[in-house]
Amino acid sequence: MVRPVETTYDESNFQVTVTENLSSALELDKVESHLHPEGSFDLADHAVPTGREEIWRFTPLKRLRGLHADAPLGGSFFSADLTVPEGVEAAVVDSADAGRGVSGLVPWDRIAARTWDAAARTLTVRIPKELVADQPVYVDVKGTATSADDEATASHVVITAEPFSQATVVLRFTGSMTLADNVEIVVGDGAQLTVVSIDDWADDAVHVGHRHVRVGRDASFKHVDVTFGGSVVRHDTTAEYAGAGGSVDMLGLYFADAGQHIEHRLFVDHTAPNTKSNVVYKGALQGEGARTVWIGNVLIRKVAEGIETYEENRNLVLTDGCQADSVPNLEIETGEIAGAGHASATGRFDDNQLFYLRSRGVSEKEARRLVVHGFFNDLIRHINVPELEESLFATVEAELAKNVLAEA
Amino acid sequence: MSTLEIKDLHVSVDTEDGAKEILKGVTLTIKDGETHAIMGPNGSGKSTLAYSIAGHPKYTITSGTVTIDGEDVLEMSVDERAKAGLFLAMQYPVEVPGVSVANFLRTAKTALDGEAPKLRTWVKDVNGALEQMNLDPAFSQRSVNEGFSGGEKKRHEIAQMDLLDPKVALLDEIDSGLDIDALKVVSEGINRFKERDGKGVLLITHYTRILRYVKPDFVHVFVNGKIAEEGGPELADQLEAEGYDKYVKAAV
Repeated sequence: MVRPVETTYDESNFQVTVTENLSSALELDKVESHLHPEGSFDLADHAVPTGREEIWRFTPLKRLRGLHADAPLGGSFFSADLTVPEGVEAAVVDSADAGRGVSGLVPWDRIAARTWDAAARTLTVRIPKELVADQPVYVDVKGTATSADDEATASHVVITAEPFSQATVVLRFTGSMTLADNVEIVVGDGAQLTVVSIDDWADDAVHVGHRHVRVGRDASFKHVDVTFGGSVVRHDTTAEYAGAGGSVDMLGLYFADAGQHIEHRLFVDHTAPNTKSNVVYKGALQGEGARTVWIGNVLIRKVAEGIETYEENRNLVLTDGCQADSVPNLEIETGEIAGAGHASATGRFDDNQLFYLRSRGVSEKEARRLVVHGFFNDLIRHINVPELEESLFATVEAELAKNVLAEA
Repeated sequence: MSTLEIKDLHVSVDTEDGAKEILKGVTLTIKDGETHAIMGPNGSGKSTLAYSIAGHPKYTITSGTVTIDGEDVLEMSVDERAKAGLFLAMQYPVEVPGVSVANFLRTAKTALDGEAPKLRTWVKDVNGALEQMNLDPAFSQRSVNEGFSGGEKKRHEIAQMDLLDPKVALLDEIDSGLDIDALKVVSEGINRFKERDGKGVLLITHYTRILRYVKPDFVHVFVNGKIAEEGGPELADQLEAEGYDKYVKAAV
């Protein structure tokens, strides 16, 4: 087991003692908060969930194919392609040699802990110091499972953007498989990193992902989570700061069809002063049994003076029979902050918008299409990866064709 | 030629206390090239008239007819009414986040014409229409009505009227919230539209101010869901001097 370089954990009480970048004067003590996940590398600390726990109560455990219990994780029903621009280093190495834990990730639920233990190999992506990558790194994972009984896969990824580097890493998931993965991301001081995750699975895939980022001093990190496909997709994405002045954007776009469960659980832990976080997730739901869950947790620690945070979740319910849960949580330990806010809205088409567009001659169908495109448009522009814009718009269009446009 | 004919129109809305009648028998004909001003106090039903003609789902037509060039408007869907030549400039234009003005205008023009406008002339037309309303060409990249000032919203409505070129324009309080400069720009836009062949304009307003710049052929005083008096432009001057009091009292 590899431990984080500058941090040691006393597992008896989970006190975090920071020895390098942050002085102990920063008082990064355990916070008595249900938002604060208590991690452990020991599987015995993570009981099999019953579904009644706060962190599991929205998830259809029965459809997780045993990932949360004891299902074996040794499958390899997938192929992976890497496209790596010049200067960036990527390799698949033995997990023992991968420097795992460098992001500060300590498994905070049973699936993450099991994945940690089971992932024998780790994909490492390193953007060397000061390198400005002119093209995105693409990691294309294609599931090749043909049955729900095909053994699940555990994988681990470590992405390191060294100080003052700039890069974009795109993780694309297609095909079908049962996947549990841990993704660790380290953004060095002054670096700018964008990680885009696109779940474009076939309808029967199951994906439970854990992503943890540590953002360095004056670094910016943008996480873009696009979720279209899969039967059950649950992503936990968490962020902490290794120094002052770091900035995190978390953008999400999801589209749940009949029977799909898409769950995003976010946690931004403001562990350093003058840091920023901006979380915007937008989703659309259509078809019987389409279900989305968004949990947006933000903790502002005592040390985190002068920070700014905003989180927002918007859901557009396109048909009957859908359910969207949206739970923003904000816990503030210091009053000395620049700003903190959140917003959540779930609704149907706005009659006045449709009327306005139709009064200009636009058909009802076309008006609905425009409104949904507009709903996602701002977000897609903010992703700011021109190579992806086109295909994201096309995917939104294809999703709409299934229901909203077919119906009107 | 274009004629909008409204006959004995009764309209109600659903309220918590059941249906409430707002329009109580409105008869009005707007012929080729005519500009009609409808004036009246707040709550008299002026806006309801415009929205019911355009087909807003909130309003229920209980009796009466509306035709445009003999065709039954009330049988048409909202977008069919636009295709038949109606245009409604709204008092409070609606925000459509993420949809650019350019995309919105092109989509509307394509829907009305049944084919996409020719790219080169269209961009020029759009920029020209915006410029005439004192709107920068960069305006077309903004989201529809999102973050627009009150004046920008109204000028954008008139730019749409210019580009979409309806037969009959219903302008609902297009003058509200405008400063004098914006009012002049908007009025000039309406006057350019009026000068085109066979256009009808229904100008709904609370104030006489805009009528100094846009000359109506007829003025109707609207009180309590009905037309209380009709006349020529001189009626506007009389209203300016005397207000609505005598009509409101008479209606009670």
